[in-house]
Amino acid sequence: MKQSLAFAKWVKKSFLKNSKQTFLSIILLCLISIVLEKLLYWLFLNSVWLGDANACREASGACLSFIREKFVFILFGLYPREILWRPILAMILFLTLLFYSLKFERWNKSLVVVWLFNMGTCTWLMYGAPSDKWGGLPLTLILSSVGIFISYPLGILLALGRRSSLPIIRVFCVCYIELIRGVPLISVLFMASVLFPLFLPEGMIIPKLLRAQVAIILFAAAYMAEVVRGGLAAVEKGQIEAAQSLGLNYYQSMRFIVLPQALKYVIAPTINTAIGMFKDTSLVAIIALFDLSLTTKTALKDPDWLGFSVEAYLFASIIYFIFCFSMGRYSLALEKKFVENKA
Amino acid sequence: MKCALQKIWNHPRYRQYLYQVLFFVFVFAIGVYLYSNVVENLERQNIASGFGFLTQEAGFFIAESMIEFWSEDSYIKAIFVGILNTLKVSLIGNVLALGLGIVIAISCRSSNFILKKLSYLYIDIFRNIPLLLQLFFWYGLFTEVLPDIKDALNPLPGVYFSQRGFFIPFFKEHFIWKYVLLSFALCSLISFKLRTFYPLLMIPLVWLLGGAPSEITFPTLEGFNFSGGLSLSPEFTALMTGLVLYTAAFVAEIVRSGIESVGKGQWEAAKSLGLNSQQTMKLVIFPQALRVILPPVTSQFLNLTKNSSLAVGIGYSDFVSIMNTVMNQSGQAIEAVLIIMAVYLFFSLLTSLIINFYNYRLEKREGR
Repeated sequence: MKQSLAFAKWVKKSFLKNSKQTFLSIILLCLISIVLEKLLYWLFLNSVWLGDANACREASGACLSFIREKFVFILFGLYPREILWRPILAMILFLTLLFYSLKFERWNKSLVVVWLFNMGTCTWLMYGAPSDKWGGLPLTLILSSVGIFISYPLGILLALGRRSSLPIIRVFCVCYIELIRGVPLISVLFMASVLFPLFLPEGMIIPKLLRAQVAIILFAAAYMAEVVRGGLAAVEKGQIEAAQSLGLNYYQSMRFIVLPQALKYVIAPTINTAIGMFKDTSLVAIIALFDLSLTTKTALKDPDWLGFSVEAYLFASIIYFIFCFSMGRYSLALEKKFVENKA
Repeated sequence: MKCALQKIWNHPRYRQYLYQVLFFVFVFAIGVYLYSNVVENLERQNIASGFGFLTQEAGFFIAESMIEFWSEDSYIKAIFVGILNTLKVSLIGNVLALGLGIVIAISCRSSNFILKKLSYLYIDIFRNIPLLLQLFFWYGLFTEVLPDIKDALNPLPGVYFSQRGFFIPFFKEHFIWKYVLLSFALCSLISFKLRTFYPLLMIPLVWLLGGAPSEITFPTLEGFNFSGGLSLSPEFTALMTGLVLYTAAFVAEIVRSGIESVGKGQWEAAKSLGLNSQQTMKLVIFPQALRVILPPVTSQFLNLTKNSSLAVGIGYSDFVSIMNTVMNQSGQAIEAVLIIMAVYLFFSLLTSLIINFYNYRLEKREGR
């Protein structure tokens, strides 16, 4: 009785506060039910699950058989079908370790070693086919995870450089960070795809994937640096002075006193930057690397299956969404934990 | 001798000099090495370097342009057209994204449960899908799902949606509209500065002086296309839709947390002074929230401008996409990439300069 009364109170407070709110609630409910009904018909009742493209075109619903037909291509790109177990196994290894590392208590040095080993194994697995055959979700995961792993320490170095007392190093770091943050990623990727070959000595060829990876790392490092800088600024000055009075040198005071605090302050923004990078790897599609977004776009070019963009892009969007959304929620949870710990 | 070296090494200042010199030599050596490689490679491939090619004939068409452009015009003019298009997209996009973002932020704080949840849902969905994919999606939707131009959708009289674009009624072309827009920009700046709305009265005056043109043209189907009215290409509309919806989600989140950052005591104080909720928002909460909101929102504006470069993915002729064409056509890759970077850098630095100046003024006025 008490519960239902509380529920009624909650309903009254959040839906029917006054006549204006009641009106708004009714309108919104109507809109939602119309949209949901349309979605239900489009996605389930009128959709085609098994038919071919012609059956799809006749139906008024979604063409899910397009997804059924193309999902292997969308997920794995041009990777040879007979050794598809390799990217699948690599992804399973990667995601398992990722899940294992979610718990903050498990972060330590041996985990870093395990990660390096894991990444090595994944690379070996992927190299069952040359890197220009890689594609789809594994490629997106490789570009973003390697990008995050390498840009993070680089970003720390840049942030330390930006706050350094040595003018030449400081100016260099400031210029680098502001330059990179001022230009769009696509221009850095253009640079990677057309200019990097010119920078190399004659006869030396670096595969396009690696060039794009370098571009993503260089780009992300600048953003990571700004995040880390925020953390460094949040560390009290007394901490550095205390470290100095203990006789620690620059390296020691940064390594043991300042950085552990600074990095902890900015875990949530760091993960948010990582999410941004994960999304940004989709830009490699523009320089024709077959990541998840380009495999989706290419799947649509099959002359037998023209005209199912909405289904295809929704499918790819859901995959991206799952990754980004869960990372975002994870960062929120971690932040909450730290706030609680502090209090 | 060893002793002297040790002395230098142990002296903190000299050691700092040493580190910096070493760092400088290191960076310089890498730079020289890369430069020599570039020169060598260019010579070997017989590519002429330099910006001389810019005055040559472009030789390609640009689908959308705010000024007249022919394929006989120079590369410089093509680049200028691209910059104008990018500015147009980012100007309109930023205004719309800011507006939508504020509306969603306010809905997030609504006491209505459904509205609140819907706004959070919006933020979660649009923030967590890559912009490029969203652009692909809208472009696919507008070019595949909409009907052919012959049986264009006609949701409102005079408004047509078709695969070839969107057609809406619009004011007939008249020279005075340019000046009305200009006076709008000027007057809003002045009224923002003086904090009154009176300067805005100038706008209708300018319009009246120009003979008060009010003729509206409606799009009509003639042959295979519409004429009259305002036509928006699917590329432009998709780019705009994607950019605005994506950026608005970020702006909403910033504005929401900015409003929440203002202490609860401020609300209570305003209430006890007898202000109603609208006055509280306008006079007490928002001015304080603005200080928190402004820097991240500015960086979102810059992000939108940078993100408009994704237009190259759906074929809208923005600056980057035109530079891409220039690069492929002329083969001057280094120069093209340098121009892209320089132009974006110029606009980013300009914006940060203005914002820093504004912040400085704000702080000075508050006497901090």
